[in-house]
Amino acid sequence: FSLWSGSIWRGKLTLLCDAKTDGSFLVHHFLSFYLKANCKVCFVALIQSFSHYNIVGQKLGVSLTTARERGQLVFLEGLKSSVDVFFRSQEEPHPLQFLREANTGNLQPLFEFVREALKPGDNAEAAWRCPVLLVDDLSVLLSLGVGAVAVLDFIHYCRATVCCELKGNIVTLVHDSGDAEDEENDVLLNGLSHQSHLILRAEGLATGFCRDVHGQLRILWRRPSQLTAQRDRSLTYQYKIQDKSVSFFAKGMSPAVL
Amino acid sequence: MPRPFHPEGAGQLSVTPSESVRRGAERELEMLESLLALGGLVLLRDSVEWEGRSLLKALIKKSAACGEQVHILGCEVSEEEFREGFDSHVNSRLVYHDLFRDPLNWSKTGEALPEGPLGALRAMCRRTNPGPVTIALDSLSWLLLHLPCTTLCQTLHALSHQDSCPGNSTPVEPVHVLGLLHEELHGPGPVGALSSLAQAEVTLSGAMGQASAHILYRRPRQRPTHQTQWFSILPDFSLDLQRGPPLELQRHADPHTPPVDPTTQLTFNLHLSKEEKEAKDSLTLPFQFSSEKQQALLRPGPSQATSRIFYEPDAYDDLDQEDPDDDLDV
Repeated sequence: FSLWSGSIWRGKLTLLCDAKTDGSFLVHHFLSFYLKANCKVCFVALIQSFSHYNIVGQKLGVSLTTARERGQLVFLEGLKSSVDVFFRSQEEPHPLQFLREANTGNLQPLFEFVREALKPGDNAEAAWRCPVLLVDDLSVLLSLGVGAVAVLDFIHYCRATVCCELKGNIVTLVHDSGDAEDEENDVLLNGLSHQSHLILRAEGLATGFCRDVHGQLRILWRRPSQLTAQRDRSLTYQYKIQDKSVSFFAKGMSPAVL
Repeated sequence: MPRPFHPEGAGQLSVTPSESVRRGAERELEMLESLLALGGLVLLRDSVEWEGRSLLKALIKKSAACGEQVHILGCEVSEEEFREGFDSHVNSRLVYHDLFRDPLNWSKTGEALPEGPLGALRAMCRRTNPGPVTIALDSLSWLLLHLPCTTLCQTLHALSHQDSCPGNSTPVEPVHVLGLLHEELHGPGPVGALSSLAQAEVTLSGAMGQASAHILYRRPRQRPTHQTQWFSILPDFSLDLQRGPPLELQRHADPHTPPVDPTTQLTFNLHLSKEEKEAKDSLTLPFQFSSEKQQALLRPGPSQATSRIFYEPDAYDDLDQEDPDDDLDV
């Protein structure tokens, strides 16, 4: 994980995906990681409330309230602001405007919100390092009626702005439906995988639930550039989620079984 | 300058372990050149695990090295990222049509290509240069997700058949169209439609960190031919051909072990001597109806070996027809 703290890791899209397990621990990790690294973070949080992320963040050593107050964190709380959409007049654009439209068009208002949040401001904000967009998660947009192509277009535009123009990073979570045969979700997951530089895939163990090993993490580097080594393309670790951290170990090397 | 055509033999190209480096360099030329030799569409099918953009860039580099101008319709990566890794000679022959920054005209600044993706694609059909041209579509998947399949197929067909323009007296060089397609994103229908338009189809896969390309050539008036080539792409986008699959795989597939003869070490005899064979062949089977048998049955003579049963009942035998086993409790 030290790879991401280096200056070479900029302008990249990291895809988090989980299959038969809960990969949200990765979202909490990246949120606290980038806040501690003094980056400007725009967090599109559609799944949980602000206080949930704040509580977990405090265990990991960051205070979201403080970060939001001093302008380091721009937080879109999906659960709360989705209600606002219906009580506003239609002329005012809202990032979650698509909830109001019968024929869900596109996520352009959401993209405008992200671009506005991360655009480099005046000198007072020059203290922050690279901008970061974090989305938790994209699969829920499909459940809300947005098409897979519209979500892919949204991430495409975010990539063009955040990664290429502003040299920042994007981290987003998508659930893998696995056997559930969700075609839209598969198109979304595969389309995002092709756009990503790094894919972190959290999977439950094939043999079922275990108290000491919560799952395994597969790391796949794509889009090899001049800087990434060809041979380290794919790695697999197993992990255990603890109260304030996550411990990783090689397959079969859990301290519980050694 | 007309492109030299390397005639490929129909059927499999076998890869033996004793190839020399010189032969390997020749085959490198053969693979990329044979893909580019035909005009028309070359379809590169890749997947999440085995990406195809590197091979696309290798083909572009080869085209540019042959003096062609290369037009790229770039939808998925920025121009900076696409040009990365090419030297200045190649970059000078590249024209990047940017559909990445603002393909759907969300910024409304007028910088986006007018008429959107379809307009940009159609604009490539109208050629002004008579020289040889390669058009790279990065990617066909993006176009397929944003345009109807039929429109895309019709435009692709028009794109690859520009040499047959009516009313054009001077013969035009064939156009090479390279299209990158991400297989998992589309159903079998659209993929099949695009595949039928292609003169060559390259499916990327691999094993144990080594990439392979399964190439299907559809030359006009010839049988489709297959070829599998293991390769790796160097940082400067030249191709390094491998002689075969990685060593682990080679060990498992060994077609040269002779079959074992199971009859060599038996405790009984399975073979017949000459006399035994003759006796066996001259034997008449008991239920085979021949004319001799028919005569014998019609005229039973006294010397026939008929079988008879001689039965001597014991003293305590009671031949009761109604209860032969003597177990009825009556």
